[in-house]
Amino acid sequence: MKTDGKSGIVGYGCYVPMYRIKVEEIASVWGEDPERIKKGLLVEEKAVAGDDEDTATIAVEAAKNALKRACINPDDIGAIYVGSESHPYVVKPTATIVGEALGVGNSYTAADLEFACKAGTAGIQMCLGLVSSGMIDYGLAIGADTAQGAPGDALEYTAASGGAAFVIGRKNVLAKIIATASYSSDTPDFWRRPMQHYPRHAARFTGEPAYFRHIGGAVKLLLEETNLSISDFDKVVFHMPNGKFPLRMAKMLGIEKEKLADGFVVSKVGNTYSGSSLLGLCATLDKAKPKELILLASFGSGAGSDAFAIEVTDLIEEKRDLAPTFERYLNRKIYISYAKYAKMRGKLKD
Amino acid sequence: MSHRSSVPLAWRRFEARYRLVGNRCLTCGTIYFPPKAICPKCRRKGKLEKYQLKGEGKIHTYTIIHAAPSGFEKRVPYCIAIIELDEGPKVLGEVVGDLTLLDIGARVRAVFRKIYEDGEDGIIHYGLKWELV
Repeated sequence: MKTDGKSGIVGYGCYVPMYRIKVEEIASVWGEDPERIKKGLLVEEKAVAGDDEDTATIAVEAAKNALKRACINPDDIGAIYVGSESHPYVVKPTATIVGEALGVGNSYTAADLEFACKAGTAGIQMCLGLVSSGMIDYGLAIGADTAQGAPGDALEYTAASGGAAFVIGRKNVLAKIIATASYSSDTPDFWRRPMQHYPRHAARFTGEPAYFRHIGGAVKLLLEETNLSISDFDKVVFHMPNGKFPLRMAKMLGIEKEKLADGFVVSKVGNTYSGSSLLGLCATLDKAKPKELILLASFGSGAGSDAFAIEVTDLIEEKRDLAPTFERYLNRKIYISYAKYAKMRGKLKD
Repeated sequence: MSHRSSVPLAWRRFEARYRLVGNRCLTCGTIYFPPKAICPKCRRKGKLEKYQLKGEGKIHTYTIIHAAPSGFEKRVPYCIAIIELDEGPKVLGEVVGDLTLLDIGARVRAVFRKIYEDGEDGIIHYGLKWELV
């Protein structure tokens, strides 16, 4: 997909709730070997939203941070898209709660998006289209989730809470989006039917025909469109359903694993679904240097991947410290027991 | 059990509840939160305008709630405090975060949180809580 070559990220911000649960704590409930799980998933602990937090509150806190770095008035925003698979309402948008909480006014278009774990990057593409065509000056794209995993399911070790927000515009960009490409197909690897609390997944089918095929496909399309080679990228962020998948994807594409290090948020935060790759992008931008080229590729089950070639500008240096970094949220933590986790996430029913 | 509240009443207060918009009297300079209909000091000579508070302050006093009103039972024990905002007004709210830091005079900042839900099928009430920094 062609962009105008000027538009990009004007501000970014993340939010990670302060509660954490360790793999050992979950494994002790289900009689599993924590070392085997940690080695298998490359995840040590995950972030858990408090019982007074949900996708809307996470989205608002992340967006406030993005606005601080964007240095714009809230009413300059012309579009808000919130991507999530845990919107607080089935009918009633999260995006307008965000708009009201930020003081965006009333002159904006908004919608909630759902595409499993990639709805946030779909929001970035939508904002990019509106901004580069001149229809709006700034758009706000958010990926946030309080991810669900059924008690005892393998997902419970990774399904986490968190989010990230991006102000997309043409002026004062801290990172230009050079190009974006998407690869989509009807692949039922993971789903949640109406009225169901927890998703179901097709176990190993989530790998080869889903995650690897779609991210691989989107990255290939991106390289063809930009005439870049994979070695041109300095930093790489892939969706992180666990630690193993992105590392294997990197190996398949011939990317050194060191290039994933800055954005490898999964081992200490878990899989924040729509927030996952975008939190990784925030952590990468927190440490990025001007002129660096970042490859971002999300993945959403069902299935699709959005890939982006992002070039960091000189403005990163002055904007970085205007809001809390990912690391600051990472270090602000309180460990909880499985019982408290079950209460907080509504897993205890009357 | 949870209580049901008026949807229009909640909606009219979004600006104050979500964003801490109070008001200021142009005659005497006093800042009010929640916003007042008239300035109690200047009465008919007062002229009020909207005023955006920054959302930072310190704990003036606090208490720990163990016997909660309906709708809040599952949150006990939780901390309710009077926060003295940097601009002057005092507001009542819940303190969240690392409660080992809880103390009179401790610094807090406003964070957007879920306050309560009108049951499983009613609206969700959002607003500001105060996180220890």
